[in-house]
Amino acid sequence: MFDPAVAAVEGALAAGAEYADARVVVSRSQRLEALNETIESLDQAESAGVGVRALIGSSWGFFATADPGEARRAGEAAAATARASTSVPGPPLSLADVPVREDSYETPHQEDPFAVSLAEKADLLLGVTKTMKAVDGVALARAFLTAWDTRKWFVSSQGHRINQHLVECGGGMDATAVGEAETQRRSYPQSFGQYESGGYEVIRRFDLPGNAERVATEAVALLSAPECPQATTDLVLESSQLALQIHESVGHAIELDRILGWEAAFAGTSFLELPRLGRLTYGSPLMNITADATLPGALGTFGYDDEGTPAQRVDIVKEGRWVGVLSGRDSAAIAGLPPGGMVRGDGYNRLPMVRMTNVGLVPGDSSLDEIIAATDEGILMATNRSWSIDDKRLNFQFGCEIAWEISGGRLGRMLKNPTYTGITPQFWATLDMLSGGSEWIQWGVPNCGKGQPMQTAHTGHPAAPARFRGVRVGVRG
Amino acid sequence: MTARLSSSGTPRTPGPAELCSQVLDLVGDRAEAQVTASRSRPALTRFANSFIHQNVGEAGVSVNLKLARPAGGAGGSHVAAASTTRADADGLAALVEGALAAAALRPVDPDWPGLAPPAPVPDVDHYDAATEEASPDERAHRVRAFVDAGPGLRAAGYCDTDGGTTAFANSAGQQAERRSTRATIDGIHQTDDSAGSGHATGARLADLDAGGVGAAAADRALRSSAAADIEPGEYEVVLEPECVATILIFLAFYGFNAKQVIEGQSGIRLGEAQFDPAVSIWDDATDPAALGLPFDADGTPKRHVDLVREGVSAALAHDRRTARKMGTESTGHAMAESDGYGPIPSNLFLGPADASFGAGTSDLIASTGRGLLVTTFNYCRILDPKTQVVTGLTRNGTFLIEDGKVRGGVKNLRFTQSFIDALAPGNVLGISREARFADSEFGSGLVHCPAVRLGSWRFTGGAKG
Repeated sequence: MFDPAVAAVEGALAAGAEYADARVVVSRSQRLEALNETIESLDQAESAGVGVRALIGSSWGFFATADPGEARRAGEAAAATARASTSVPGPPLSLADVPVREDSYETPHQEDPFAVSLAEKADLLLGVTKTMKAVDGVALARAFLTAWDTRKWFVSSQGHRINQHLVECGGGMDATAVGEAETQRRSYPQSFGQYESGGYEVIRRFDLPGNAERVATEAVALLSAPECPQATTDLVLESSQLALQIHESVGHAIELDRILGWEAAFAGTSFLELPRLGRLTYGSPLMNITADATLPGALGTFGYDDEGTPAQRVDIVKEGRWVGVLSGRDSAAIAGLPPGGMVRGDGYNRLPMVRMTNVGLVPGDSSLDEIIAATDEGILMATNRSWSIDDKRLNFQFGCEIAWEISGGRLGRMLKNPTYTGITPQFWATLDMLSGGSEWIQWGVPNCGKGQPMQTAHTGHPAAPARFRGVRVGVRG
Repeated sequence: MTARLSSSGTPRTPGPAELCSQVLDLVGDRAEAQVTASRSRPALTRFANSFIHQNVGEAGVSVNLKLARPAGGAGGSHVAAASTTRADADGLAALVEGALAAAALRPVDPDWPGLAPPAPVPDVDHYDAATEEASPDERAHRVRAFVDAGPGLRAAGYCDTDGGTTAFANSAGQQAERRSTRATIDGIHQTDDSAGSGHATGARLADLDAGGVGAAAADRALRSSAAADIEPGEYEVVLEPECVATILIFLAFYGFNAKQVIEGQSGIRLGEAQFDPAVSIWDDATDPAALGLPFDADGTPKRHVDLVREGVSAALAHDRRTARKMGTESTGHAMAESDGYGPIPSNLFLGPADASFGAGTSDLIASTGRGLLVTTFNYCRILDPKTQVVTGLTRNGTFLIEDGKVRGGVKNLRFTQSFIDALAPGNVLGISREARFADSEFGSGLVHCPAVRLGSWRFTGGAKG
C-alpha cells in the first residue's frame, strides 16, 4: 500500500516540488445509536484514498484522490497548486529536521471492535435505554457506540516509510427529562461519551448498565432542582468538565499555528505570544500540563504524526509557567523550536495540520473528598453541557449538566443550569487543589473541529477533580 | 477484513447516476434501497498574514446507501446505512454486502417510513461550469485582490470553489440528478488591536468581488481600532447578516427541526405568534438565488416552505421519518445524518413580511439612539434547545452607535440570549432591504438574509470577564 503514496510523491517532484509527502489512508467507522429502546441509526463508513503535499519555495499545495490509479496525477496537481500559492508568497520556509524512519505502529488492543457482533452491541444499547426510560419522567433515553479503524501508509521525499494501524472506540449514554419550558440532561461517562485508543475492551470497562438508572434519576430530579445562584464563589470541577476546560483554554491556545496567526480568520489566534514563552504565568504552581502522544490508551495517542515525526511528550505548562507549544515541521522551524510531532489530517483528503495530542494535567495529590471537605462555600459542577470561548482563547463560558452546593465542607442541594465564566490565565491562577490517583482520567474528545475545509481530530485530555477560587457562576440569559 | 484500495476496476470514472444504478443492481431484490452518489471538485485557497499558507483540492467521490429489509410479522424493517469513497467494483460490492450484513443483524426499526415515491424534481440548476473547473490560479487571483484591498493590514481568510454532480435513485423508482456549484471569498483584515471581516458567496466565482469584500473588511478593521471597553448589559443592536444567519441556523437546527419537536426539545409552537409580525422566514432551494440541490437525501423534491409567516410559526422541516411520525408529508429536508440529527433547512431566507418595512443597513443605524452594531458572532453554543438560550461572542467589528451614528469600536462582548426572544413580537425594530448570503456558525451558503435592528440584546460579559 506504499505504492500509491510513492507514485504521488514522484508525481509532485516531477512537477517541480522541492519536497513532497503523501499518505494512503483507509479508514472505517461504525456508529450505532439507540433511542428509547429502538436502534435509531446504524451507520458504517469507509473512506480510502491518497493525499499528497507539495512544497515549492515557501508555498504549499495539497491534492487528494480516492482513486489510487490517479495518485501520480494527484501529486502533479499538488505541485500545480503549490505553484499557484507562490503568487501570494510568504516568508522563506524550511522544514525542521526530524529523523527519517522506516517503521510501523499499531494501537495495542485486545478485542477488534468491528469483530464484536452488532447484536451484542445493540443489546447493550437497548438494555441501557430501557433502564433509563423506565425512570418516570425520562423522555429521551439515548445510548451510542462508535468504533474507528484507521490504516495509514506515509511516504516522504526524504525517505520516510511508515505504516500505522490505529484502533479507537467509545460511546456513552444520556437521559433527557423535558419540562414545561426546559430540558435537563444527564450523561455518562461524559457528555457525548468517552473515547479511547483500544479495542472493544474500552466499552466493556464503562459499565453503562450500572449507571443507567442513576443518570436517569438525576435528569428527572434536575427539573425540580433550584437554579444555580448568580455568585462569585469557589468552584470544584469534576474531571471530565476540567478536561474540556483544558481542551478549550489550554489545548487550542498553545497550537503554534494559531499563535503564528495561521488560523486568524476562522478558529482564531491565541492570547499567547512567542516572546513570552518560558516567562508567562499561565496558572498557579499546581498547574502542570503536558502534551503526551505516547500515553497508553489515550485517544490522542499514535506512533508517528502525519509528517513522520515520532510521537513524544512535551511540557506545556510547568508549575504554572508556559513552556511549550503544539507544533509541526514548518511552524516549529519558523518559531525556532523543536518539532513536536503534532500534525495530523482527518482521513486521506484533509491537509495535515497542528492538532492536540493528549493535552492534560499532571495529577495532583488531593482527592475529590478532600477538596469538598476543605471548601467552606462553593459549588461542584459536573459534565459539560455547553462551551464557548473567544477567538484568543481568553473569555470562556461553560455550562454543566449538574451541580451541587458545597457548604461547610459537605455537599448540599442539587442545582440546575450551572454555568461559570472567566478569563483563561486569571482562572487558572486560582487553581489551589488538584486530585490524582484513580480520579485522574484520560478523557477523550472525538470531535475537535478545526481548519478549512473543516476536519475533526481525536484528542485526549487527562484530568482530575480540582478547585478554583472566586469564580463567577450562574450566568444566564 | 481490512478494506483495501483496489488498483483494478474499469471504467474508473462512472458518473453519479451510473454509480446509483450499479449499487441498486447489486442490492437487487434483497432489500429496499436508496443511493446518493456524487462527484465533486472542492478546492480551497487559504491565506493568513497576507500570504497563501494552505491550498487544497480534491477529486471527490462519495456513495451513500441506505437499505431496509422487511421484518415481516409485526412490521417495520431492518435498516442500515453505509457510505464509501471507493467507487470501483470492489468498493461498491463491499458497500452493499456490508450494509446488507448490518441490516440483517440490526433490530427491527418500527419507524422505517419506506422509500420516497417517484416524483418530479424541480428544474433548477444552481451551477456554473467555470466555477466547478476553477483553477488554483483563479482562486489565488481573488486572494490577491482581497489582500491588496487592505494595504498595511494583515489579511486572513479563504477563497473556495465547490462543484459537481449528485444523483439519487431508489428501488421505488425515484431518480434525480442535478449539478450545483458554490464559491466563497471570506476573510478579515487586522490591525495590531482590531479586526474586520467581509464575506461573499454565490453560485459563480466570477460574481464575487474579492476586492470589494476585502475593502469592507479593511474598513471595519480600521474603524474598530482603539476599541473602548464597555459594560455588559441590555443593548439595542443592529446585527449584520452574519449574526442574523447564525440566529436562523440555530432556529432551524434546534427549533423548526421536526425531530426536535417530536422529542419535546423544541421551543417552536406552530400557529403561535412567537416572532415579530415583521418577520417571515422560509426555506426554498428552488429560489433562483438559492444554492445546492433541489432534492434531499431521501430523494424527496424540495419546495418553498414557510417556517414563519408574518411572525407566526407556520411549519416544520420534515424528512420522511418525522413526517410519518407526525402524520404529514416530508418537506424535503432529509440529510444523510438526519436519522440522528433530524431534518435541517439549509436554504433559509429571512425577509420583512411587509416590503415597506424594509430599510437600508445605514437607515437601521440612523434610527438607533444608543446601541451596538455587531458584524459577526463567534463560537455560539446552545444552553437549552427548548428556550434557545445561546451564549457566544461578538467578533471582527463591534461598534457603539450614538444618536444614529457609528461612534467607534468597542471590545468584543459575550452574550447569553434566547434566539427566539431576539425576534419576539415588539423586539424587531427594523429589517434592511439589502440581503445576501451570509456566513453562519454552520458554514456559508445556507442562509440568505438582511441586517436587523433589535430592541434588546443581553450582553453578559466583556473583555474583563
